[in-house]
Amino acid sequence: MEVPKDLKYTQEHEWIRVDGKKAVIGISEFAQEQLGDIVFVELPEVGSQIEQGSPFGVVESVKTVSDLYAPAGGKVMAVNKELEAHPEQVNSSPYENGWIVEIELADEAELDSLLDPDDYSEQCKNEME
Amino acid sequence: MATSSDLKNTPLTPVHKELGGKLVPFAGWQMPIQFQGVMQEHQCVRDGVGIFDVSHMGEIEIQGPSAKSLIQKLMTNDIDSMQDNQALYTLMCMENGGVVDDLLVHRFSENHYFLCVNASNTEKDFQWILKNAGSCDATIRNTSYETAQLAIQGKHSEALLQKLCETPLSEIRYYHFKKEKIHNFASIIARTGYTGEDGFEVYVDAGHAETVFRAILDAGKEFDLQPIGLGARDTLRMEMGYALYGNEINEESRPLEAGLGWVIKLGKDEFIGQAELKKQKDEGNRRRLVGVRLLDRGVPRPHYRVLKNGAPVGELTSGTFSPSLNTGIGLCYVSPEYAKPGTELEVEIRKLSVPAEVVKPPFLPTRVKKD
Repeated sequence: MEVPKDLKYTQEHEWIRVDGKKAVIGISEFAQEQLGDIVFVELPEVGSQIEQGSPFGVVESVKTVSDLYAPAGGKVMAVNKELEAHPEQVNSSPYENGWIVEIELADEAELDSLLDPDDYSEQCKNEME
Repeated sequence: MATSSDLKNTPLTPVHKELGGKLVPFAGWQMPIQFQGVMQEHQCVRDGVGIFDVSHMGEIEIQGPSAKSLIQKLMTNDIDSMQDNQALYTLMCMENGGVVDDLLVHRFSENHYFLCVNASNTEKDFQWILKNAGSCDATIRNTSYETAQLAIQGKHSEALLQKLCETPLSEIRYYHFKKEKIHNFASIIARTGYTGEDGFEVYVDAGHAETVFRAILDAGKEFDLQPIGLGARDTLRMEMGYALYGNEINEESRPLEAGLGWVIKLGKDEFIGQAELKKQKDEGNRRRLVGVRLLDRGVPRPHYRVLKNGAPVGELTSGTFSPSLNTGIGLCYVSPEYAKPGTELEVEIRKLSVPAEVVKPPFLPTRVKKD
């Protein structure tokens, strides 16, 4: 299972890739695998504010509905519109084409509370048992 | 809290694990919800052939001089019209017209039948039948635990199963069955199913289930046969608009409103629920079960509200993403004024009202092998 080293993670299986003040958010390989075929992604509005730890969208597989929790707060700068027609990209490419939103970070200090790749891998391993 | 140790296993549970099935609790059983993925499995059945373990379904055998009259009294459909080796879909109702279960009756002979019933209702049905049988001259046995059931569904199902049987399966007509060996083990092969595709439901002794299942998997390689989980079983039945007990029908529902009048033969001999169902028919339907198809993105789910111009008119009994149509579909009871196909409604998905239209199920044409 792929857990890229350059990302940070939440306990709820979102990842965040930080580049200066900007950050891109998606769900992990583990998450997409657990959810199964994703058929719908509900995206926030561009320009809206999301808050760390709060739901900002929804992913639905055939059988499940799951909230997306923001790894960090900020203003939504872009959303992955391609997921409207091709939600399955979250399954096939969770860390690249399946990205969900891009935000402008409100407070970089929030990133300190996130899981690093090793801790996140450990958590996934525990959940599988 | 239910733990996996409280759940019943089918004879094939170890094989499902070996095949990578994701097991979940369902109706007291540990069942595979998916193997490769619901979408892909769904397509496998629509395009080719898939095999399902449906051993959680219950079997009840009724035999004796009074078997026929007992079943005729219990069921809404006309058992008297059945021939040997025929299967019949029917409801079993209470005096108040509520549905105890929907099930298949299979007739071996005039004095010998077996019922295939819903997993969650097996024990209830068995007790209901015993209670209503009183002292009548028939032996009633719950054979669920000694029986495994496999469904082989899809256009290649006949060619595939034929490799393992001697009698020509083309002679088994839709809603008929035959006692026949599969891979040298005694089986009942019925041309029935819950997918809308041509296919078979096969009953074998639990002790032989694994051998037969593996033989079918092996014979199916040339047809790209795959094991299919309950996830795709539900999307396949939803596209056909087939009722699911517990969703569309239950002890409180009115089966005539569910569009099941075709299995309620009010003119036959006396049966339980007849008087009330006659009354309901005379009164007319207060509401009707319709199909709903989303016109925009979103996944409808059971219990989501259905609106007309923002005002609630019903609630989904079932809802799913349809892999074949690439859109959301659902079933819902609405008052007759909203039941006409093409009527524009909305489905409330979280805070959004997603436009939808009324459709007469099935959502796609059935391909079962009707005579």
